[in-house]
Amino acid sequence: MTGVAIEAHGLGKTYGRRGGGHRALHDCSFRLPTGRVCALVGPNGAGKSTLLNLAAGLDRPGAGSLAVLGSTDPAAVRDRIAYVAQDKPLYPQLTVADTLWAGAELNPGRWDRATADRIAGTLPRTARVRALSGGQRTRLALALALGKRPELMLLDEPMADLDPLARHELMGVLMAETAEHGTTIVMSSHILTELEGACDYLLFVDGGRVRLGGEAEDIVSAHVLLTGQARDLAPHTVVESRTTGRQLTALVRKEGPVDTATWAVTQPTLEELLLAHLRSPEAPPLLTPSAAAAGTRAEAVSA
Amino acid sequence: MAAESAAIEFRIDRRSGVATYLQIVQQTKQALRLGVLEPGDRLPAAREVVEATAINPNTVLKAYRELEREGLVEARRGLGTFVRRTLGGAPDATAADAPLRTELADWARRARAAGLEKDDVGALFTAVLDSTYSTNGTNGTDSVGRSHEGDQER
Repeated sequence: MTGVAIEAHGLGKTYGRRGGGHRALHDCSFRLPTGRVCALVGPNGAGKSTLLNLAAGLDRPGAGSLAVLGSTDPAAVRDRIAYVAQDKPLYPQLTVADTLWAGAELNPGRWDRATADRIAGTLPRTARVRALSGGQRTRLALALALGKRPELMLLDEPMADLDPLARHELMGVLMAETAEHGTTIVMSSHILTELEGACDYLLFVDGGRVRLGGEAEDIVSAHVLLTGQARDLAPHTVVESRTTGRQLTALVRKEGPVDTATWAVTQPTLEELLLAHLRSPEAPPLLTPSAAAAGTRAEAVSA
Repeated sequence: MAAESAAIEFRIDRRSGVATYLQIVQQTKQALRLGVLEPGDRLPAAREVVEATAINPNTVLKAYRELEREGLVEARRGLGTFVRRTLGGAPDATAADAPLRTELADWARRARAAGLEKDDVGALFTAVLDSTYSTNGTNGTDSVGRSHEGDQER
């Protein structure tokens, strides 16, 4: 049985005063099924952190609605959510041991001490948080998040401070967590390769809305790279095309069978796909059936 | 730590261009061909694989389903995934002291003595292999992952 971890309808959030305000999210709709490991990717300022903040119930949407773990008030289910914000907020004057103790006290009935201790690993227990390196702070924040045994983990740029070894180790820990407990994980990054392989779901946010959403594999296989003599690309949706002399190279979204007699066809990588979309802001959004919010067939309605 | 350790460990190469689940499938088959895996052996649980490799659990399950579909392994509920049969026409033919292997090792030494680089030998071997096996309709199960996409594009 799969439920819905996050469902957003026409979500909007504007920061600052009206008129000069910055629209961080605008008419953002999607659905994330439970048990997925989702890469939340997009350029800087795309709205990733805003989205995570709203999902964690730390902020309220300016428009639209957001349901998290079945509740339309994310703050009400906060005990089932773990959120690690980008700046890894911890109390600098507490020691590592104090921080872990606070994790246990603040999560009565849920706290998994063995897991938290295992992830905290070799962190010196008597050291104060302010004396820890960025990577060590990340480790401690992840120990708190996993010790809570959450149903949904929201991780904003979780791997940014980590050295390659720690990154591999902690990504492995997160994957084991979801393998064992079916935990839904959302990880943001502007570096896709950091997440590729670990994530099976994708939310590509750009300009405050979701441009690609769904099973990473399905999104990739919905597209092909065509190379051949310049000619009409219909009926396919062209995401990006380039002509060099007589040769045309195009990344298209397949609309029906591809004529393999006239085109050399290859499968783009996820990275190629995202780059092509970033270069082509006018490419229409694509959400797979599992990622389309219920009842959002609203293109015609909003026109 | 699992009480009874699994019989194989997977290596994932993210830059190989081969789909991750296919790497697991291929490595399992290779282990079956070489006798590293034998019937009754347990494949590592998804949890163990993902903790070691940091890949998504569904990728491992997809690989195991593929191996199961080909009848090579079977999932026993609550126990794990177990090897059902070996691969290769003659399991003994790949053993360290088998005649075919000894001959090949001998040939490889001669190729090296003749000044061929490892890549040259690989290319030569692949070319001979292709021409030998293309004549009698191989079952080509290793290319399974790609054939689906081919179907769609027809």
